[in-house]
Amino acid sequence: MSGSAGDGLLVAVDSRIHRLPAQVKIVALFVFVLAVVSTPAGVFWAFALYAVLLVGCVVLAKLPPLVVVRRLAVETPFVVFALVLPFVATGPRIDVLGVSLSESGVLGSWNVLAKGTLGVVAAIVLSATTAPRALLAGLERLRLPSTLVAILSFMVRYLNVVSDDLHRMRIARESRGYTGGRAGHLKAVAGGVGALFVRSFERGERVHLAMQSRGYTGRMPLLSDTGAAGVQWVEGLAISLAAVVIAVTARVVGL
Amino acid sequence: MSGPSIHVERLVFAYPDGRQALFGVDFTIQRGERVALLGPNGAGKTTLVLHLNGILGSVAGGSGSGRIQIGGSGLHRQHLPEVRRKVGLVFQDPDDQLFMPTVRDDVAFGPANLGLRGADLEERVHEALVQVGMQDHADVAPHHLSYGQRRRVAVATVLAMRPEVLVLDEPSSNLDPASRRELADILSGLDVTLLMITHDLPYALQLCERSLLMDGGRIVADGATRDLLGDADLMSAHRLELPYGFDPLSVPGPER
Repeated sequence: MSGSAGDGLLVAVDSRIHRLPAQVKIVALFVFVLAVVSTPAGVFWAFALYAVLLVGCVVLAKLPPLVVVRRLAVETPFVVFALVLPFVATGPRIDVLGVSLSESGVLGSWNVLAKGTLGVVAAIVLSATTAPRALLAGLERLRLPSTLVAILSFMVRYLNVVSDDLHRMRIARESRGYTGGRAGHLKAVAGGVGALFVRSFERGERVHLAMQSRGYTGRMPLLSDTGAAGVQWVEGLAISLAAVVIAVTARVVGL
Repeated sequence: MSGPSIHVERLVFAYPDGRQALFGVDFTIQRGERVALLGPNGAGKTTLVLHLNGILGSVAGGSGSGRIQIGGSGLHRQHLPEVRRKVGLVFQDPDDQLFMPTVRDDVAFGPANLGLRGADLEERVHEALVQVGMQDHADVAPHHLSYGQRRRVAVATVLAMRPEVLVLDEPSSNLDPASRRELADILSGLDVTLLMITHDLPYALQLCERSLLMDGGRIVADGATRDLLGDADLMSAHRLELPYGFDPLSVPGPER
């Protein structure tokens, strides 16, 4: 049993943003990211405004800043890529602190960093304010195919079970004196993954039997029938709509 | 409706890989009876109970022959949904049975498949959770519950369909003594026909007045649980052993 896994990425506090229906938040995230991505990289003030909006969101959602910063770590690969860009890109070069960098590379790097970070923070706000189950119900309300929702819901449910399986297999391996080198370890992990796949496959069959015996005929029952009120849509989309206004203004100014 | 809860006649079944699991099973269980299904590993017990709601067998498109009647009506493809409501199957591993994100969703899964919605569904879920004493855990994710609690929720998921027959596959396995006793209290308070696979012989004696002993795909003995457990030759012939120091003649049972 792993109680530490908690409820996904949810930060369990109560806030206006936590209370919004998931489908509203999903649409809001989508619109916000679209607005950010469609803003020209050179319009720096627009990105500053986006950042202010997002910080406002984080504060409103009562998320601990440290948690948000720590979760930003998922962005690392993109940051590395962005930092390499100025050195490898071609075109006119500029000198920054005595290092010759590509001008378009610097702008490209800024583009990736700014948009990436804004998008990731927005996603963090969504995941930290919405329980996995609510997220599923939201996706279902948004008419995502029910099979897809079912697959996601099984993932939410069985991730812990499978990782516990993996954990037990590792303990069993090590208690029988397995140390192995780096290569040997890889080999054992590969074997373990194979065994895990077979176990999970068999579990899948048993789960299917259990579903059938409770009358499953190929359609999952709806998780929730709570629609979002108009007011909630307005409230949830306010920030995203502000972002759209900024993006449009940035485009118009840039012309 | 009339007739016995479960009536099985000359049931034969082989798995698709050719391994034959049932070699002609016959038995009848009357309404309200509590019956334990005993037998060594590999005797075909689980295969048999998977036939009772049409998961395996000719109804499900598999191979096999024989006749099964539930509540007096035969098992046919077109009544499968009805049969699956009447026969509630509780699987051995609660992690197989509980597949939805929260306890409430999971208990609601069966009745929702029966067409219940809204307040009716909510009420049914609550009723089933109260029956197993888990009403305070409705919004918890199944993997945050203890094993004993998960087993109880697994029973609730089936009770929510208001079954006439409750079939349990090793309900007491992996439970600590307190959870085992709590489950026994719940099961003995239910007003349903009960068929229970178990290796836990004292549990069988405590809950079931009658037992079926299965070995090699056949029913080899059928009688009062106390008589079966007291028959040392029969027990040893089928690899059944009582726990150390347990005398089936010295403890009270469910006989009325």
